Amino acid sequence: MSGAHQHAKDPVTFVDERLGAARGLRFLMDYVFPDDWSFLLGEIALYSFIVLILTGTFLALFFDPDTTPVLYHGSYQALQGQSVSGAYASTLHISFNVSGGLLARQIHHWAALVFVAAITLHLLRIVFTGAFRKPRDINYFIGVTLLALAILEGFAGYSLPDDLLSGMGLAIAWGVAMSLPLIGGPFATALWGGRFPGSTAFESRLFIAHVFLLPAIIGGLIAVHLAIIMRQRHSQFPGPGRREDNVVGTPMWPGYALRSLGLFAAVAAVLVLMGGLIQINPVWLWGPYHPYIGTNGAQPDWYLGWLIGALRLMPNLEIHAFGHTLVPNPFFGGVLFPGLLFGLLYALPWLDRRFISRDYRRHDLLERPRDNPRRSALAAAVLSAVTVVFAAGSADRLFFQFGFGYEGAVWFFRGAFLLVPVLVFVLTKRVCEQLGRERSYPLRGWSGTVVQRNSRGGFEATPDGDLLSPPEASPESSASRL
Amino acid sequence: MSRIWKAIVMFVMWRTGGLRRHPTATARDPSERHTGAPAWAERLVALLLLLIPIAAVVFVALFTLHPNTQLLGLALGVTLALLAAALVLAGRWLVPQETKVEQRPQLADPEMTQQVREQAAAGMEGVTRRRLLTGAAGAAGAGLTAAVVIPVVALGPGLEEQLRRTPWRTGRALVDEQGNPILATDVIERSFLTAFPQHADEEDLGSPVVVVRVDPMTLKLPPERAGWAPEGILAYSKICTHAACAISLFRDPLSPSTESKGPALVCPCHYSTFDVLDGGSVEFGPAGRPLPQLPLKIDAAGVLRAAGPMSGPVGPSWWGDPS
Repeated sequence: MSGAHQHAKDPVTFVDERLGAARGLRFLMDYVFPDDWSFLLGEIALYSFIVLILTGTFLALFFDPDTTPVLYHGSYQALQGQSVSGAYASTLHISFNVSGGLLARQIHHWAALVFVAAITLHLLRIVFTGAFRKPRDINYFIGVTLLALAILEGFAGYSLPDDLLSGMGLAIAWGVAMSLPLIGGPFATALWGGRFPGSTAFESRLFIAHVFLLPAIIGGLIAVHLAIIMRQRHSQFPGPGRREDNVVGTPMWPGYALRSLGLFAAVAAVLVLMGGLIQINPVWLWGPYHPYIGTNGAQPDWYLGWLIGALRLMPNLEIHAFGHTLVPNPFFGGVLFPGLLFGLLYALPWLDRRFISRDYRRHDLLERPRDNPRRSALAAAVLSAVTVVFAAGSADRLFFQFGFGYEGAVWFFRGAFLLVPVLVFVLTKRVCEQLGRERSYPLRGWSGTVVQRNSRGGFEATPDGDLLSPPEASPESSASRL
Repeated sequence: MSRIWKAIVMFVMWRTGGLRRHPTATARDPSERHTGAPAWAERLVALLLLLIPIAAVVFVALFTLHPNTQLLGLALGVTLALLAAALVLAGRWLVPQETKVEQRPQLADPEMTQQVREQAAAGMEGVTRRRLLTGAAGAAGAGLTAAVVIPVVALGPGLEEQLRRTPWRTGRALVDEQGNPILATDVIERSFLTAFPQHADEEDLGSPVVVVRVDPMTLKLPPERAGWAPEGILAYSKICTHAACAISLFRDPLSPSTESKGPALVCPCHYSTFDVLDGGSVEFGPAGRPLPQLPLKIDAAGVLRAAGPMSGPVGPSWWGDPS
């Protein structure tokens, strides 16, 4: 037993004597992280979120969510004396007159783009490796919800400065909200406090959603997401000594904690460097928004591209009955398409166990995409359809870069939307099956000889079947295929 | 054919590094632990950590003396990059390198599951009319939801007045952004003006119109709109009937790719294209309704004035909207 002096010096003892936390600390320190680069995508999303909270808090200290017109008298000469909203004026103030303000704004914007990108890649990893299967389906639903909320949160932030692009985005959002079946008109009118651009209350509603409601929900769901992971332990790829009932990797203490904190610092470093060196959303160049102004060639944040594309590709179908509109056109691209995609994502665990893999058992070992050709082909087909729609969102850039007119581009993408997923499905399925058949040895059947050094220093041919023949189906991989 | 497949597959494998061996299962325990930090790693991590306060001081100095965005980003980014390098190096070289095997918890204990299920079921012990009660609870939930939601829908009846009003009245002059009246002679062919009703709110969706001039001989307006376009000058609402963006593109028929087509107004958001000559009908794109036209007249002073209200509802539609 050590003396009182020793107790005071030792942090573990200090905490344990007050909180009885030793058992929990040991659980955390022993927690094992499987080593695979694709497992870092979720961590990148988490660390981007922390950067977003920090920079967002700084920005909220200076931003003024007010649409009342003021005459701009800041240090940006080109807008001197113009009538702009308080929100826009305070965004210019942050950009030009607050020390580090523009840096914080640009880090915040880049971090938002990286946040949604990391979540999306993380989701793809989960889908293509079957990590959504029992027991991870609940956590997968939370993850899909986080993606939807992240997109909404990003759009809310993009809409706050009241510059030309944020206003154009909000006009479309209003058109889409109006198109909701049954409740569209009253709902949009209630939310905006009148017809677009709405009452002055709308900006403060948007603000409170962006800085409080959505981040609080996202933060809470991230906490639950991580707690469920720790309860179940990480999934892992098959490998030496790795079984369904264990998890092999680096324990949290000390190696993984240091590496993961290192990743946090690296993510923050990259975002800060991007925020400092790469300009993003220079709202002073776009100018303040007015409902009667629009611009061509403008692109929203990348994660909205697929919605713009869907609205563009939809033919001009509207449903009318008895002299009334029932379903206005923006419903199809702005509500139905994202609704179907997220519906498909939410239904995936059920679809997979019922139709695709026909497997109801618990799985903690992951599959490689080739191990499940049907799932990989379906996922790749859906991904390619969304990618085509996403590309259609950049048709104006196509025009500016290559002179490809918008009518031709829209027809091209409509055709690609129908054709590409079929091709991708067939191609992915055949490649996966081929890889499975070859058991990842596409060179099998070659006519060369593999030599190895023998104990006398010479070379001798390896017996056929030693290095080149595929290993017999391992217990894990046959179990996961059953 | 199979050769082609093999070639494609091999290319993909080569690109993705998939030529590695399929991991095989062995009984071998993968646990291992190596300790002993190399001296160079300790010195390097210490050096990196010592550089951090220097970089941080540079950041603080810049922040107070010369808050240039690029330099601030560089200084803070380098500080964080040093920290990242120190942490990753420490994690990889200083501390014990360990691979551990942890047993995965069995999530469900069947005996416990059964006990809790029985306990949950016991909460309804002695209750006989379960179905009635479940139905009644459902009705209560539905009623409560309806009571909360219906007030929103009740906003509906007054909606048309709210969403469709425009300040355009017969005789109202067309003015520019500064409020100056627009003369017929201000409107020239192949150009495009934005106009507002005089003394009205420019931010109102019902206000802005696009004014263009075309050769009167090319007009194909429906007969009831004869006289709406004096001298071939036409005015249309500037708000797209698809999703409320401002229509800010005027397709110039001189462009080689479109010279076979007539002049049209195009929305840059989703490419709804409205034919200018025949009253704003949808020529291409997602819009479901034509662009509302504003009938024009030219007064004695040559000023453009509204000759009546808009030909149709301005802006996007909604469920139940009478258009």
